[in-house]
Amino acid sequence: MIEINDLHKSYKMGSNVLHVLKGINFSVKEGELVAIMGSSGSGKSTLLNILGMLDTMDTGTYMLDGVPIKNLNETKAAQYRNKFLGFIFQSFNLINYKTALENVALPLYYQRMPRKERQDKAMKYLERVGLRDWAYHHPNELSGGQKQRVAIARAMAAEPKVLLADEPTGALDSKTSYEVMDLIQKINQEGNTILVVTHEPDIANMCKRIVHLKDGVIEKDELVNQVMAAEYV
Amino acid sequence: MFRFVFDRDTWQEIFSSIGKNRLRTIITMVGVLWGIFIYIALSGSAKGLDNGFERAFENVAMNSMFVWAQQTSIPYAGFKTGRPLQLKLSDAEILQQRVPQIEFIAPRNAKGVFGGGGSNIVRGQKTGSFNIYGDFPVFTKIATKKIYDGGRFINDDDITYERKVCVIGERTQKELFEEDESPLGEYIRIDNIYFQVVGVHKFVPGGGFESDSDIYIPFTTYRKLYNTGENVDWFSIAAYRNVDVLKVEEDIKTTLKRVHKVDPEDERAFGSFNLGEMFGRIMGFAKGMTFLSLIVGIATIIAGVVGIGNILLITVKERTKELGVRRALGATPKEVRSQIILESVFLTMLAGIVGIVLGAGLLAGINALTKDMTDFPYTNPTVPIPYVIGALLIMVVLGLLIGLIPAQRAVSIKPIDALREE
Repeated sequence: MIEINDLHKSYKMGSNVLHVLKGINFSVKEGELVAIMGSSGSGKSTLLNILGMLDTMDTGTYMLDGVPIKNLNETKAAQYRNKFLGFIFQSFNLINYKTALENVALPLYYQRMPRKERQDKAMKYLERVGLRDWAYHHPNELSGGQKQRVAIARAMAAEPKVLLADEPTGALDSKTSYEVMDLIQKINQEGNTILVVTHEPDIANMCKRIVHLKDGVIEKDELVNQVMAAEYV
Repeated sequence: MFRFVFDRDTWQEIFSSIGKNRLRTIITMVGVLWGIFIYIALSGSAKGLDNGFERAFENVAMNSMFVWAQQTSIPYAGFKTGRPLQLKLSDAEILQQRVPQIEFIAPRNAKGVFGGGGSNIVRGQKTGSFNIYGDFPVFTKIATKKIYDGGRFINDDDITYERKVCVIGERTQKELFEEDESPLGEYIRIDNIYFQVVGVHKFVPGGGFESDSDIYIPFTTYRKLYNTGENVDWFSIAAYRNVDVLKVEEDIKTTLKRVHKVDPEDERAFGSFNLGEMFGRIMGFAKGMTFLSLIVGIATIIAGVVGIGNILLITVKERTKELGVRRALGATPKEVRSQIILESVFLTMLAGIVGIVLGAGLLAGINALTKDMTDFPYTNPTVPIPYVIGALLIMVVLGLLIGLIPAQRAVSIKPIDALREE
């Protein structure tokens, strides 16, 4: 699903050049649940941003579902993001003045899906994250865990190839974190490919594979025995 | 793009994003609203003033003047200074020949206007003293006389046959006739001569020294009655529409001086009053007002639109993160840009339309209040529809242009930076 070869990325900070990613080779197959771990400054967020086409790479190749991701202009990148990727953010990033349903339907709106169809589909995904009854509530009426579940529904609504989660439990307490991870595991069991960036070992252990990133290189790439989040819920 | 503009979802996006901060939206709109309101109110008032002047002078030709004779102030051709001058009927023909810019010339005589009492008018038991004018039919070409239904002004046959007919004023009618009595065909006695009433003229204010009680009789009858011979008290003259009235006035006086053997340098020999010049000034004033209202209105509209741009810029800054999320979810830069521009145009339009409606309401109110004030030159204040549409169009274009700035700003930030923004 994802093929990355010799990926380099550096940032210019004034006169200094900060070499963040120093040759990443990395691939993800369909249906995997991968955790990317590392301390802050290890380059894990940069990697996720490049994977998410939110940032560009300096050198290297990136293939997503057989499509080379290279030299995209903003419009093309937006279309690819919409088609291939679903984002889950640490701070949820729901739009405050829209209801949960409208938030979930937003990626479908940018797919130019007709209104009725869009709402039905959004409702279906809200139901899957167990928030059907909250469809017409605004984000400020929801708890942190509920917000993240809405965000997950939104990420899935466009039926992307890969879900990218950037510290999805970073703003949640551990109980809610496990609930969210439980949901992510269930989605993964349905065959979805998911990448989770985290620095919490317990969260990483709930994935099937952990990629350890340190100082811009992959230190360790291991398959782990998945801990089921449902045990903690 | 069309699909985008007419899509219900687009508008829902716009409504929800401008409805999010209602107070700010309203205050922003007030800027443009005020601009167009001022524009409509000002230019409508200017037009009302213009109409008011038009109405006040509608009975007088715009480029007309009076010319009368006075005394010489310079000895000339053997005549001593202080010689009284007298206009003659033949002067009219000479003037018409020598000054081709004259369209109409009406010799006039009057009794009771320039000192001396008016004439004694008697009808049965009722009497009164009124001013009498000796006139030619051509006078109505210079100063329109509105004659009430069924009546007429003096005509050519009246002149030829020196008929004893008269046109009386509204007040004359009131004083000499009963309320339900028609004066037409009736007889009144002017200085002991019976005259048949052929018309009643409606009084229109603002037309010089005439009043609502004037009595007009044929010029030829007048000169027979008062023994004035070829004498003329003054000429009412109308020049062609597109000529310089000041030049015509000058030419007329020069001609008269030559005919009456007056020193060409003598400024006091003939008096004149140039209505055209006065009208020119007043109309110039009204035009200036219209122009001023246009400038002020457009300037206020621009200020308002700039305000909208300013607010949208702040809004975009506040919404950086939201726009980043939208772009992460697949909004293309074009979609983001279009949405912000459309918000700008929509706000401008809405504010503009509300402003136009309020401005129109104000004009209607003023119109209703000043309707009965005939001495106040203010009638039917309107703004021509093309001007209103033009103002709206200007606003839409300005809204579009000013919207480009925040829209460009919104897409100039990379989505990754927008998402990082806290």
